[in-house]
Amino acid sequence: MGGLIPPWLLTLFWFVLKMTVILALAPVGMMYMTWLERKVMARMQDRIGPNRVGPYGLLQPLADGIKMLTKEDIVPTGADALCHLMSPIVIVVPALCLFTLLPFGPGLTAAPLTTGLLLFVALGSTSTLALFMGGWSSRSIFPLLGAVRNAAQLIAYEVPFVLTLAAVPMIVGSLNMQEIVRAQQASGWFIFTPWGFFAFILLMTAGLAEVNRTPFDLPEAESEIVGGFHTEYSGMKFALWYMAEYLSTLALGCLLTVLFFGGWTGPRIAFLPLPVEDVFWTALKVFMLVFSMIWVRGTFPRFRVDQLMGLAWKVLIPMSLANLLGAAVWYLVPGAVGIAFSFFLAAGTFLVTTQLWLKPKPQLTTKWVDQSA
Amino acid sequence: MNSYNMNYVFLGLFFLGAMVVPLLPIVLARFVAPKRNGPIKTAPYECGMISSGDPWVQFKMQYYIFAILFVVFDVEALFLFPWAVVFKETGVEGLAAIGIFIGILAIGLVYAWQEGALEWED
Repeated sequence: MGGLIPPWLLTLFWFVLKMTVILALAPVGMMYMTWLERKVMARMQDRIGPNRVGPYGLLQPLADGIKMLTKEDIVPTGADALCHLMSPIVIVVPALCLFTLLPFGPGLTAAPLTTGLLLFVALGSTSTLALFMGGWSSRSIFPLLGAVRNAAQLIAYEVPFVLTLAAVPMIVGSLNMQEIVRAQQASGWFIFTPWGFFAFILLMTAGLAEVNRTPFDLPEAESEIVGGFHTEYSGMKFALWYMAEYLSTLALGCLLTVLFFGGWTGPRIAFLPLPVEDVFWTALKVFMLVFSMIWVRGTFPRFRVDQLMGLAWKVLIPMSLANLLGAAVWYLVPGAVGIAFSFFLAAGTFLVTTQLWLKPKPQLTTKWVDQSA
Repeated sequence: MNSYNMNYVFLGLFFLGAMVVPLLPIVLARFVAPKRNGPIKTAPYECGMISSGDPWVQFKMQYYIFAILFVVFDVEALFLFPWAVVFKETGVEGLAAIGIFIGILAIGLVYAWQEGALEWED
């Protein structure tokens, strides 16, 4: 084949193919995640959920898209129009780029970089900037409040997220996501190690805060500050905010699958060809994680802002540091001693930092009442 | 250019290509969506009240100390990742070295906590 087609054309063709697959599948995945979320939330709240458009409401995301397209685009008076237009684009593009770094099967990564994990974190944290741009440029009170809350929250949760993440390359010895999955193929999933278990819980918590999902959705708390940073957005730009949020939630699910649930590894299914099977196992694990994120949304009420900051700085950061040490000891001291030490180190840090024995019941604060008086 | 570096070329092209996903619907909406703006419709939203005052003013950043702590810990994370990759080779000695580094910063966190810097004031 090499003689007929010049190699640069082949490379270009390969690039365009990879690009098209990701750019077509990621938005579709995101659309059906909104459908799944609405269905599951409805069931948890004893409702039926969307069921009119198509069988089981399966065409609902499409109908939503068309509706958003035909809605008027309103830019408030005095707003920074360019910044207002740019911020949804600035948040969606890195969210899409996250999917190029994730492995969906052996060799099935669009850009298998040796520093994949680090670039993933870097791209993921750009959302702070976009959200602040959106909130500030609207020149309105509520979006500004949302933007300021968002900056505080993402700054606080970025630290435990990154610190916890460091435990995985420590044990694997590589930042390449393909290597991380291969290491789990050899040694078993990291969720079954004591440090992996705690790292998963920490990353899930910090990750939900990073993507602004419900127990941590203070930047867009609809019962307090209307819509937060996207109050002044309408039509397609508003839809893009949601698109970015769901895309990054999906990417978070993929990341946790790769780091702790062995990526594409799973029992062999006889009738499926190998690449399809790899993608199937990845998708199944991502689905389970996304489902549990929706479950969290259906279960927990929103945090208060001081609780939110307290959880990040006083519980998650000490725990993530302890967990790093635990992972190191687990690796250096093999056997039951290492396992027990790393488990009790992280669990003990959790007990000390939360001070559960001091405050068996959450005390009612009168701070808010005092201010209004 | 070797085949590994082509990954970066791909990422650059993907970054440009990904612009289509948000731009296409925005441009399409320009043609499809109605345009009937008015002074009331484009007024900043404030639950039906007339908005008073410009939000673009200087305001007190409550999380000034949090931001400083963030810089400290984010730089720490930056140093942590190269160590994490070579942890298996450096072993106990590497752990001791990074342990001292993290220990100093952990003492700083405990100090900030003791001083009440981690309390959210309202």
